[in-house]
Formats: sequence, C-alpha cells, structure tokens
Amino acid sequence: MSVSGYQGKKSIPHITSDRLLIKGGRIINDDRSFYADIYLEDGLIKQIGENLIVPGGVKTIDANGRMVLPGGIDVNTYLQKPYHGTTTVDDFYQGTMAALAGGTTMIIDHVVPEPGGSLLAAFEKWHEAADKKSCCDYSLHVDITQWHEGVKEELEILVQDKGIISFQVYMAYKDGFQMTDSQLYEAFTFLKGLGAVVQVHAENGDLIAQEQNKILGMGITGPEGHALSRPEELESEAVFRAIMIGNRINCPVYITKVMSKSAADTIAQARKKGAVAFGEPLTASLGTDGTHYWSKNWSKAAAFVTSPPLSPDPTTPDHLNTLLACGDLQVTGSAHCAYSTAQKAIGKDNFTLIPEGTNGIEERMSIVWDKAVAVGKMDENQFVAVTSTNAAKIFNLYPRKGRIAVGSDADIVIWNPDKIKTISAKMQNSALEYNIFEGMECRGAPLVVVSQGKIVFEDGKLHVLQGMGRFIPRKPFPEYVYQRIKTRNKRLEMLGVSRGMYDGPVYDVPATPKYITPSPSAKSSPAKNQPPPIRNLHQSNFSLSGETPSSAIHWAASRQLEGCNNTSKHYKHMTIIGTQVDDNIPRRSGHRIVNPPGGRSNITSLG
Amino acid sequence: MSAMSYQGKKNIPRITSDRLLIKGGRIVNDDQSFYADIYIEDGLIKQLGDNLIVPGGVKTIEANGKMVIPGGIDIHTHLQMPYRGTTTVDDFFQGSKAALAGGTTMIVDHVIPEPGASLTEAFERWREWADEKTCCDYSLHVDITHWSDSTKQEVETLIKEKGVNSFLVYMAYKDLYQMTNSELYEIFTFLGELGAVVQVHAENGEIIAQEQVRMLEMGITGPEGHVLSRPEELEAEAVFRAITIASQTNCPLYVSKVMSKSAADIISQARKKGNVVFGEPITASLGTDGTHYWSKNWAKAAAFVTSPPLSPDPTTPDYLNSLLASGDLNVSGSAHCTFSTAQKAIGKDDFTQIPEGVNGVEERMAVIWDKAVVTGKMDENMFVAVTSTNAAKILNLYPRKGKIAVGSDSDLVIWDSDAVRTVSAKTHHSATEYNVFEGMELRGAPLVVICQGKIVLEDGTLHATQGSGRFIACTPFPDYAYKRIKARKQMAVLRAVPRGMYDGPVSEFTPMSRGGTPAASARTSPTKQAPPIRNLHHSGFSLAGNPAHRGVPSEETPIRPAGRRIVIPPGGRSNITSLS
Repeated sequence: MSVSGYQGKKSIPHITSDRLLIKGGRIINDDRSFYADIYLEDGLIKQIGENLIVPGGVKTIDANGRMVLPGGIDVNTYLQKPYHGTTTVDDFYQGTMAALAGGTTMIIDHVVPEPGGSLLAAFEKWHEAADKKSCCDYSLHVDITQWHEGVKEELEILVQDKGIISFQVYMAYKDGFQMTDSQLYEAFTFLKGLGAVVQVHAENGDLIAQEQNKILGMGITGPEGHALSRPEELESEAVFRAIMIGNRINCPVYITKVMSKSAADTIAQARKKGAVAFGEPLTASLGTDGTHYWSKNWSKAAAFVTSPPLSPDPTTPDHLNTLLACGDLQVTGSAHCAYSTAQKAIGKDNFTLIPEGTNGIEERMSIVWDKAVAVGKMDENQFVAVTSTNAAKIFNLYPRKGRIAVGSDADIVIWNPDKIKTISAKMQNSALEYNIFEGMECRGAPLVVVSQGKIVFEDGKLHVLQGMGRFIPRKPFPEYVYQRIKTRNKRLEMLGVSRGMYDGPVYDVPATPKYITPSPSAKSSPAKNQPPPIRNLHQSNFSLSGETPSSAIHWAASRQLEGCNNTSKHYKHMTIIGTQVDDNIPRRSGHRIVNPPGGRSNITSLG
Repeated sequence: MSAMSYQGKKNIPRITSDRLLIKGGRIVNDDQSFYADIYIEDGLIKQLGDNLIVPGGVKTIEANGKMVIPGGIDIHTHLQMPYRGTTTVDDFFQGSKAALAGGTTMIVDHVIPEPGASLTEAFERWREWADEKTCCDYSLHVDITHWSDSTKQEVETLIKEKGVNSFLVYMAYKDLYQMTNSELYEIFTFLGELGAVVQVHAENGEIIAQEQVRMLEMGITGPEGHVLSRPEELEAEAVFRAITIASQTNCPLYVSKVMSKSAADIISQARKKGNVVFGEPITASLGTDGTHYWSKNWAKAAAFVTSPPLSPDPTTPDYLNSLLASGDLNVSGSAHCTFSTAQKAIGKDDFTQIPEGVNGVEERMAVIWDKAVVTGKMDENMFVAVTSTNAAKILNLYPRKGKIAVGSDSDLVIWDSDAVRTVSAKTHHSATEYNVFEGMELRGAPLVVICQGKIVLEDGTLHATQGSGRFIACTPFPDYAYKRIKARKQMAVLRAVPRGMYDGPVSEFTPMSRGGTPAASARTSPTKQAPPIRNLHHSGFSLAGNPAHRGVPSEETPIRPAGRRIVIPPGGRSNITSLS
C-alpha cells in the first residue's frame, strides 16, 4: 500500500537538513503510546527506538517527553475555490500554511467542476493550482456535480490513472448539483464497482428550496434565514436516505460535514445496524454553534453561513465530540472555505446568495483537543485516530500517512497539550479578516511541525516554501472501507425460487402496464432462465393450509440452475449495475433480508 | 359533533325491530369498562345504565356478562377497486358483509382517481357504487394521484362540501402516482391549511424502480422478487422523509400500511420527538409475515403480494402488536384488496405485474385480539381504541362512532373472547379463493353484531341488506390531530433579525442564483426593512466576545424559527434576539 509512487516532482531547495532526530518523545499512535526516538531521512521515518545509530551532525530536536503525533490530515478543504468569478481568499499557499501552523500536514481538497463540465479538466486545473502553491502534501476529492453517462468514463480514468478514489455527490442545491434518488443509486453502484469512497453532501435540496421561498416570502432576508430554511431535520433525513441507498447496493457511504446531533445520531444508529457508513464532523460543528446567525451584526452572522448550517442548538458541539470520542463518528475535516466579508456581502439582501463556508483548517486539531481530550471525553490515541489515522485508512493512505512507524512519511507533530491559545483573526494564518472561533481559548497546540522530514513550524514560526507539497495518489478499494463490503458481496447471493410454472387461468389484461417498469424488464423477463414446467403444482382454488412437502429439492435445483447456465448473465448484470471488478459473484445488496428467515419449509435457503 | 345530518337515504326493509335492549353486558370503551344495559332506538344509543325504563315488547338480547364493544372501524379498504379493466372480487356488498362478520361496522374506503382525472368525479363514482351495495356505514378517503392547481380546487370542494377529510399521497409507483418531495411539500402545506389528514403510502419509488430492474435482470421473476425489490429499509426511509416534510409544514401525518419493524420504529421515534404522526398497521402485517413469498407454490406466494410488502422477518407481527399496544401505533386497517388467483396471475412471468393486495377486512379484530389481547400485550380498552375509537377520532366522527355512549350510533359488537375459529378460505365471507391467514387459529370473535341499531350477525348468521350502509361525512380539523398543530401554528411565527443594513464593500460576482432559488427572492428582497440606523459593522469587525452586549436581548423583536427544536435560539449568547 505504501508503494504508490510519488508523482514526478520538482527539486525544492531544502529548508532544513534532510536528516532529523527527534529525541525523548512519547510517540502517540492510534493504538498505543510509547517512548522512543525517531530518526528521519529523505522524508521518511527510518528508525524508531532507543539509542539509535545515526550519522554524525544530525540536527536533533529534544522533545523532552512531549507527545509526538502523526501529522494531522484535514479531509475536507476548499482552498482557492472559484465562486461566481471570484475565488476564496485562502489559496493553496495561504491555506496550507494555516494547516501546518495548526499541526495538519496533509489536506484533501475538493475539486468542484462546473455542472456539466469535465471532471478530468477540473481535476487537472486543481492539480496544477495545488502543485504550484501547496506547502504540505495533498490529495484531492472530485465532486460529481452532475450525473450522466459521460461521467462514468472520466471516473474510471480518475480512479485508475489519476489516483483519485473519493467522490462527493450532492443531495442539495436543487437545479444545481443535486441528484435524484435514482441518480444516487446509479452513482453509488458505479462508484462501488470502482472501489471508490462515496462522499455525500446530505441535505434535502427540494425541501430547502421550498423553505427558502417561504422564508424569503416572509421578508426574512438575513443570515438567520439560512439556518431557518435548512433545519437539521433536512440534514438527518438526507443522511438516512443516503445510507439506505448505500445499503441497497452494499456500498459504503461517507457523510461529509456532519453538523447536527440528529444527523450524527442517524449515522450512529445505522452503524449499529451494520451499515458501512462514516461521518465527518467539522471544526465548526465541533467548536461552535448556529446561535450566531441571529447576531445583530450582519457580517458576523454571515461569517457562519455554511451548509449544512451550524445547529442553533448549543449542545451540538459537545454531542458531536462525544460521538467522535466513542467512534460513532470517525474523522474530522474543516471544510475550510474562506470568503471575505465583501464576498459574503454578495448576499446582503438575500441569504440564499451568501457564499457558503467557514474557516477551520488551522483550528481543527486544537479544537478537538480542547473540546474532547482536555475534558476527558477522548484519550490521546483516539485523538490521533480522528485527526489523522482514520482519514488515512478511509482514503487509502495508511500506513504511509496517519502513523508513526518505520517507512511512513515523516509528517510529525510535537504536541503541547498545555499550551493555551486564544483564537483571533489578528493572529491567524488565513487571509480572512474574521474568525468564527474568535476569542475562544483553546488548550493544546503544536510545538514543532515536521512535514516531509523538514521542520516547517517551530517557535511559533512557519518555514515553508510555496509549492513544496506533493500530490499523493491513492488506490481504490481501501481495506478499512471495503473489507466488509467484499465479504458481504460474496455472501449475499440472491436466488430466485425455482417453481413449476403457473398454468392456471390468467385474467386477460388490456395493454397498459401497471406502472412503468423500465424497459430492461422486457428483455430479461426470462422464460429462458426458468426451468421448464415440471408439473402443475397449483391450479387455482388451492388451499394454503398445510405446508408443501416438496421443499427439499428446491435448494439444490436452484443452485444447479444458477451454476450452469448463468455465468454470462451475471457478467452482463455486473456491467450494468456496476458490481466490483474484483468480484464476479452475483449478490444481494442489503443484508437484513438476506436469509429469508423463519426457517419455513418452502423458502430457498441461501446457504 | 353528533348533530351531523344523515345523508338522504332510501327506505330499507327492517331486518329487526328498531328498538333493542342489551341486558347484562360489560361495556368496554377505550377509557373504561363497566356493567350496564343499553337501550337502542332509531339507530342511536338512547339510554345506558341499570334498570332502564323501556317500552314494552322490546327485543332483548341477554349479554350474560360478555363484553359489549363499539363496532370496529376498518379505516382502510379497497372494495370494488377497478384495476386494468377488471375489479377486485370483493365488491362493496361482499366486502362489507365480510366486515360485519368480523365485528367491523364501518369501513373507510379509498377512492383512487386515474392520474389526471377529476377527483370529484371519482369520488362520486365511488359514492354511487358504495351507496348501492354497502351494508355497513362507510366514509371515503380520496387518493391524490396527481397534483395541479385544479386538484387543489377539487380537494377544497371535497373537504368543504363532500365530507372527505383525509387524502392519501404516494411516495412510490414511479411515473404513475409518485409525488416529488416538492409536490409533497406543497400538498402537505395545502392540506394542513384546510384541516385535512394527510395519509402517505411510504416507500421510495425511485429505488424500487431501480431494484426491480436489477431483480428482473438477475432472472428473478417470481413473487419473491416483489419483496426483494422492496426491502423494508425503503419503507422506513420514506416514512422518515414524510415525517420530515410534515414537520416542516406543520401538518399532521398518517402513515398508511405500516408493514415493517423499522418503519414502525421511525414512527414511534418521531412521536417521542413530538411529531404529530399516526401509524396504521394492517391485518396482514399484524397477523402474518413475508416468508411466504418464497413459497414453491406460485399462487400462494402471489397471494401475499401487497405494497409495502410483508416483512420476511417473522418477528414483525409480534413487534407491531406491541407498538399498537403501547400506543406508538394508533389504528388498524385491513387494506383489504382482493384479487383472484387468475387476476394475480397477470404477473406470473414478472412480479412487477402482480396486482397488489391481501384480504383482512373480516379477520382484523380477531387477529388483534388473538395476537395482542390474549397474549397479554394489550388490554380490552386499548383493543377498542386501536380497532375503533382512535380511527373515529382521526376521522372526526368521535363520539358518534367509536364509543358506547348516549347519543352515539348504535354500532355494537358483543364480543366472545373465548371463541376459537380457524381461518379458512372455505368459510370466510370474501369472494377470494385464498386467505393469507389460512389455517390460523384465532381466539376471539363477535357473537352478535349490531349495525345501525339492527342485529346483523347472530348465531353465526348474517342478516345484511345490500345498500343499507350510509355515507358518513367527515369534517376537517379533527381535534385529535389538529389541536397540537393549531397551537404550534400560533407559536411558529418567524421574524427577521432587525439589523442596520450592511454597507461595507461587496465583491463583484457573476450573477447566477446559487441554489436555483426561485424568482420570489427578487421580489421579497427587502428594501422595506428598517432603514439603516448606523453602520454597525464595516468589515474588519472582530467577533471577540464583547461583554458589553451580554445579556441585552431586545425584547421587542421575537424570532421564532420553524421547528420546535430551534424555537429559542439557545445558549443565551450576547447578541441573540430573545424570544420574549
């Protein structure tokens, strides 16, 4: 997994020596903590242990027993994002500097193609922009802003040649990015076949459009209208629906931007029922709440506008931190998408026009530490898991990223849990003139940040070079996400019941179909797949009392039938519904009704 | 409420005398049970008590301490339903006879207009059919199979002039009956204003269509494909979505045909969160399960095809009975919709073509008694509530129906809690040749059924007269559903935050409405707001907590977000407008 080759990369003048020794630190991974020295060379961790034998003259950092963590991974950023002819104020340089200053050594940014535009072209554009400016390693998600046949080919190329394995679909933004349930079904099916991670922006866009109308009609035009027109119920509804569709197809679902208690609860419940679902709360939802939409200060209120909105329920951050601590939510992002107040003011007369996004790339690690670890909800290992390791696992970067181990990338943070910092727009590395966490006192901050084996942050100062970040390509079928999916694929065969054909009287229907079953039904309606009528088991006026005795034979019969003449059929079916390339067994998608239960005699057993 | 005039009705030959005395029974209402005699005259309960003074020569029934309960109300039937040029085999006579034989004295049938056709015309057609044939009282739900401005007018007419107060909308049957989320939102809003009860058929039709294609492609064409393509998650999802929309529009919601544990759970969770939502399990989901779809006998498997399908999880009936007993589900229907095997066989090569529907109008009361009361899940009062009283309340017919009280209609059942019957197609009153409960032994059965003051079932013999049933008009705004809705409406007034107008710099941008926000935004963009007082916030503001503002809520500007949950912008932050 760690063999993915680095994309050809320019030579960058070294800021610091290529070799580094971190002495006397307590290494914190997601599974355990232990004391050891770390020797870094060529951007990799070369040795871990005590009394390491290292070349002379190596620069040494004395960690003095402090915690040494894998660098943070921010799984959701929107740097340098174009919006109506303008771009967010944090470009890849500014944004990644902020990331590093907060202890995050890798970001995964969202490529947002114009609806109808080429995904590949958009990807190349983002790739180029980030290569030029990013100063930490990065990868990219591609958002599918419109679903059509042409997209499929591009997706295949992105997954197989470009190292992109995560794609976001939208359930909101009606008449824009929004997909119908049928499109989601098709997209999930296709992406699952590619081994990709399906990310979902979960909000019910139809209802939002209705609510926006209603709210504007009442004369409410300020930022409070944003929260009023997008109540958290619309978020949890969409989460529920997305997971249901995922379950149908046996496709993992990753919910981006978990903003409310009810959405988080929906994910947690689904996981308890066995769904392969992941939830990503944000710096903003973990650190603050939506009461600010009612601020009398328009610019302040507008600064909080993001979608799904922050919940006006002030107990939300605590609840989300708790779920993060217990593993019901898995990763944290920032969805850092920074618009200046002047840009936000595009919507000064109409909240639906306010550009959406908040800051959070720099504050993410500190806020999770302060809200979860410092208060005793979460231990330091789980902290590493939710800020770094789980993200690396889900997006197939592990153990190259997300772990301090020999052979892993030398992205390391020396963490000071006692440092108290007051967040302020004046001190931040973002180009924004505000900060939604303004005035918040946070315990926990990075002391030293090492990225690609180089010290990029020390004594409160950044030492970075524009463009030194590398694009990290990824491979499909991340184990953490797909292991269970693959097993279920194998188990969940779905067999029809093999019966003698019904040959009783049939009512003669005039030719209007009951409801429009899509045309393939005609083709595949299968006199050919059924066994020939053996005998008439059931002319009409049968009685249902008493069980049928002939149940023993059916299983073997249907098995045989499936086995002998259906290979080609399955292939056809595979390509149509996009099952996995590495798995050619027909299957049932959900698991709840896999085994026709109850042990009735005449039920086909699925073995 | 009981002053409602009876619709003009033909003269019907009397089966029995108009006067009747029931002596020595134990009256069981939804709130209490007590011993009393009942005197009935002119189809009404005239006296209740001991030692009643009644005219001489009155026919007397000796109840001998047996239970006397309000006649059952089957809130969901499809009798004489047209389907692709044919009709279901139980017409209004056959079906209502079966109802009476099971202790049900009132049915509520669904009018299903062709998509695009007039609702009123369809309603009149159903009225005609039912008036001619029904032998128990009935009301009608109207299904909204398409949505347009003309539909709105018809719905209003139906509510205000025709005595319909409940309408069913479909979230399934793609490209036929299915409504989009936006349409649902509009319908809920509209019906909520008029005081009607919105019923939903809750299943995700989009995903069903996809799954059907997939099943057929896999070569699964038998009835098991029906349940495989409609897993219960699709039902639960649609229920969840319908509740969300109802809560946004502040409209009471009624989920018809609760067939699975997960759908029932969603309803009970929502009720715990305060949503006004009612769930209706049906005889089939309370009495049997979906394992039969895998029967080797095609005709048997097809007999169970209904939507949402019966759950293959055999613990479902028990679970639904428990929720019915606890009050999380509220009413029971039968969704009785009977097709002959020959009719079902339309779909012999393709499960999507099998006509959907199961029997249950006759077995409903006995199934619940057997599964819930006999097992000790439910007491006799709750039994009355879920088989009769709650339905009457939702239909706004209470206490005329659903209660034994002076002035109520004399629809009564003397219930024999010890009787044991075996359900069989050979002995049932439906015209179908199958029965999905075939062979089931049920404890509890009606001994005597009195409908409109007349004995219609006695000694196992029916004395029903075709056409003796009356149409009972329902009125809007049933208290049971709307009291809370009304109170919330008064609470849920949204106000804008009064602010000085933003007059800092504004970025240039290419105009293009972001979320496809409809044109309304332009009109309502608000120059009529308070004029800018002073510029409170040029850019470069700081969000640092300004203690000066703390605890200064402006009393004069209450703001009320829509849902209850966020009614009070919480947390007491400094610059949040207080709600008074």
